[in-house]
Amino acid sequence: MIEALVRLGAGSLGATATTGRAGMFLWRLLAQLPASVRRPGGVVRQLYNLGVLSLIIILVSGLFVGMVLGLQGYNTLVDFGAEGSLGTLVGLSLVRELGPVMSALLFAGRAGSALTAEIGLMKATEQLSALEMMAVDPFPRVLAPRWLAGFIAMPLLAVVFSAVGILGGYLVGVELLGVDAGSYWTNLRTSVDFYDDLLNGVIKSVVFGAVVCWVALFQGYDCVPTAEGVGRATTRTVVMASLGVLGFDFLLTALMYGEVG
Amino acid sequence: MVAKQTPDMANHIEVRGLRYLRGRRVIFDGVDLDIPRGRITAVMGPSGSGKTTLLKLISGQLRPAAGSIRVDGQEVVRMDRQALYRLRRSMGMLFQSGALLTDLDVFDNVAYPVREHANLPEPMVRSLVLMKLEAVGLRGARELMSSELSGGMARRVALARAIALDPSIVLYDEPFTGQDPISMGILMRLIQSLNRTLNLTSLLVSHDIKEACRIAHYGYVIADGQVIGQGSPEELRHSTEPRLEQFLRGEPDGPVQFHYPAAEYAEDLLGPIDD
Ligand SMILES: Nc1ncnc2c1ncn2[C@@H]1O[C@H](COP(=O)(O)OP(=O)(O)OP(=O)(O)O)[C@@H](O)[C@H]1O
Ligand SMILES: [Mg+2]
Repeated sequence: MIEALVRLGAGSLGATATTGRAGMFLWRLLAQLPASVRRPGGVVRQLYNLGVLSLIIILVSGLFVGMVLGLQGYNTLVDFGAEGSLGTLVGLSLVRELGPVMSALLFAGRAGSALTAEIGLMKATEQLSALEMMAVDPFPRVLAPRWLAGFIAMPLLAVVFSAVGILGGYLVGVELLGVDAGSYWTNLRTSVDFYDDLLNGVIKSVVFGAVVCWVALFQGYDCVPTAEGVGRATTRTVVMASLGVLGFDFLLTALMYGEVG
Repeated sequence: MVAKQTPDMANHIEVRGLRYLRGRRVIFDGVDLDIPRGRITAVMGPSGSGKTTLLKLISGQLRPAAGSIRVDGQEVVRMDRQALYRLRRSMGMLFQSGALLTDLDVFDNVAYPVREHANLPEPMVRSLVLMKLEAVGLRGARELMSSELSGGMARRVALARAIALDPSIVLYDEPFTGQDPISMGILMRLIQSLNRTLNLTSLLVSHDIKEACRIAHYGYVIADGQVIGQGSPEELRHSTEPRLEQFLRGEPDGPVQFHYPAAEYAEDLLGPIDD
């Protein structure tokens, strides 16, 4: 009994300390953002690493998710004779929810884990210490450019995901199941609002990008500097970043669409 | 930056009453060291005795539990990040693992601190870097990525990087391990000539007493968290301190424990004996 209490205490102390370090880490990232904007070269390289290299998985997943939406949506709507509204269903689901959330989850798995492994390895091989010893702060040079690239890349990837998804829904709904092409596109265009839907979706994915990359960079920076420690940190990144994305999604959805109902 | 100009101060680095713990394990307990200016000082000790830890304490990467570490008369223990960075600009460190940046090639690794801190035009950076690479015998390897280097080569590149900005202190962590006899000779001569021509303060830590004693002016031997002997290489060789003698001769049995602290061997193998 006492032992369990002791373990609980030690566990929560540890968790509190980690939260504190993560907060400090975020603060230092924020403070160094301007410095990394002034050196766009590093950000561009990271945009390639995080964004372009995640593009394939985003394209393929987006297409399939759109196709599934088309199929499921059609089967439901056709019972009510409303298969013409397929465009609305596919468009709104993707732009509001599935686009930002799914691409953020994929991003956490593809780019987040790679970020953690990269930073963790830099720590394990003393490259971060070497920078510190050369009087070079790793925050503006190494960490902040990656963070910034993360939340530039994320909304772009989400938009690509939604666009490909809408195309997938079109392929299945219109080409395969015979929904009228005109009503698919018209319904899509009239129901998806630029501010309410598109912009909110983009805002969501900027937040998701920031959360995923913050978690990934922190886990790498805070890891136990051994091969095993880096491996564990990578796993933790995927789990925590995914949970973070879903948590923030609920929060943001409640704020954005709460009153609409 | 007021108390900086005191060049006649004999000791470049002064360590007093240093105490450092890793968890509950005491790594240093009351260590005093004087590192004289412009000389080569060696700190020797068995593997795991805390030599790397000592260098990290002196460069402010770790903070001690107690004691004072003064570099150029300034207290490292109380420095904030800005002050530490200022201090480290005049300090080069050769890491035990080399610690080269893996996404850069050899040339860019050596050029990195120069480009960061010295606002030089690119042709000057180039000649500076080539000079440093020539000194460690790796001018021809400038286009290799750091992943394509052997361990010994990586450490020589790291040395070139450590001295790229002509620091006034260089900390060498095991500079000789992984070097063949020829590059070992080159390195020794390099460390000595840097020391002589630039009046550099060199602190080198090593478990290789024979090599360290060949170039050091003064040596400390640490074990069990304390300084167990000090003096010129000659004095160390003739010391009669039993722990020192054992370490210098490389004898397995004696007062210095070769083993990491552990329970009785038999008890560990057979489990605790109940009675
Ligand atoms: N990150 C760490 N966490 C916990 N203990 C550590 C850590 N790093 C080092 N130690 C412990 O501190 C002691 C001193 O380590 P250090 O690396 O300074 O030894 P060393 O004298 O440089 O050894 P070597 O000659 O093998 O390089 C070791 O016993 C080690 O177990
Ligand atoms: Mg060591």
